[in-house]
Amino acid sequence: MEDIIQVKHLRKEFGETVAVNDISFNVKEGEIFALLGPNGAGKFTTIKILTTLLPSTHGQVIINGFDVEHNPDEVRESFGIVFQDPSLDDELTAYENMFFHAVLYGVPPKERKNRIEQLLKIVELWDRKNDLVKTFSGGMKRRLEIARGLLHHPKIFFLDEPTVGLDPQTRTHIWDYVLGLNQQEKVTVMFTTHYMDEVEKVANRAAIIDHGNLVALGTPQELKTEAQTQSLEEAFLHFTGYDIRDEQGDDLGRMRIRHNHRK
Amino acid sequence: MQPILYLVAFSYGFGPVFQRAGEGNYLQFLAPGIIAMSVLFSALFSGIDIIWDKQFGFLKETLVAPVSRINIMIGRTLGGATTAIFQGILVLAISFLVGFRVISIGSLLGALLFICLIAIFFTALGTAIASLLDDMQGFQMIMNFMVMPLFFLSGALFPSGSFPKTLSFLSRGDILTYGVDGLRGCLTGIYQFGLAKDFIVLSVLTSVLFLIGGRLFSKIRI
Repeated sequence: MEDIIQVKHLRKEFGETVAVNDISFNVKEGEIFALLGPNGAGKFTTIKILTTLLPSTHGQVIINGFDVEHNPDEVRESFGIVFQDPSLDDELTAYENMFFHAVLYGVPPKERKNRIEQLLKIVELWDRKNDLVKTFSGGMKRRLEIARGLLHHPKIFFLDEPTVGLDPQTRTHIWDYVLGLNQQEKVTVMFTTHYMDEVEKVANRAAIIDHGNLVALGTPQELKTEAQTQSLEEAFLHFTGYDIRDEQGDDLGRMRIRHNHRK
Repeated sequence: MQPILYLVAFSYGFGPVFQRAGEGNYLQFLAPGIIAMSVLFSALFSGIDIIWDKQFGFLKETLVAPVSRINIMIGRTLGGATTAIFQGILVLAISFLVGFRVISIGSLLGALLFICLIAIFFTALGTAIASLLDDMQGFQMIMNFMVMPLFFLSGALFPSGSFPKTLSFLSRGDILTYGVDGLRGCLTGIYQFGLAKDFIVLSVLTSVLFLIGGRLFSKIRI
């Protein structure tokens, strides 16, 4: 069985800046994989390349057997994604957002209604299906996005900091859905986060990247053993150092990295 | 609101002068121009939605979907054009209230066709420009810089046939000129270039613009 995500010698440059520097790793089908790193380490750039939003400078990425560069549409059908900031249409209702997604992804018309109902019930938004998304709280939007990302039955689910800014109740809820989904449907999950407790709780394996380089890869236990630390948080600091990173000051998320800050 | 103001102010203000110059009823001349103007404004500025979506997320949802970029671009353009078309129809209806009259009921169909063509072309143009830009201020600036010359050169307000040479040349390069001419021709029967030429120029350039716009759109990175 081939690995569902294969990243080989991935490199991404923005002009002079190297955002991702020769990263290779594989993710097995059904695995929950965490991508960790300080701000500006290259996590989001990596995710963008994996999800066809950005072309790589060098290297190869195979998602579900398809090359990201040569078969982008097959790759896009294979995954669902929840971005860090909402990507819903605020002027549509929850149901309309779901319906739009179903049409975009070619979900068969007969199945649309059932799937939408089922997913909205899972994320407990069925009562609010006819409300405009702009009236939703941050947590509700996130739940709606998770439901939407799963609508076309993806084999891989990308979550970019899915729980940032949410209260512990909502965080727990979200991970419960995702874990359940992973166990029942065997969906492969790849997520980024800054909360190490989440990684310890849910991830099978984690990769730590820093300054565009892969600095550690293994199960949370292996990472702790390698760093000889008690907690994953300490292990993370062991691998990535203690200085605070400055992120470039635009919220568009472009060109986040400057490589001259190597400590 | 603005088009209505133009319609009323200009037709009452310049109407008598126009008549005395032997050009006939100014409202009959002006109304198609004002309809074209309202479509132009609404169409071009709809590009701002793309920039909005780039900054606030929704565009990402469509960009990770298994749909070709050119389809997304065409879809967005037709969506924006729909608003502009309704705007044009609304102004047409209002111009009837002010006293505008068409040569026949059938001519309304031709007018609708030209309203659609103008709307689609300029929405595609707005979308293409918006694909290149990241901030709203820049987009506003470019649009303000473009929109007035396009409007004044198009012969929407005054007969472009009597322009001096240079202006006449520029006017022929203004795509809106053909839209206004087609629209005016359909509604009042008075053409400068003729229906066929207007139609061909607009539809050919729209196709070209879709090709260019599709390329620009597929280069969007977020």
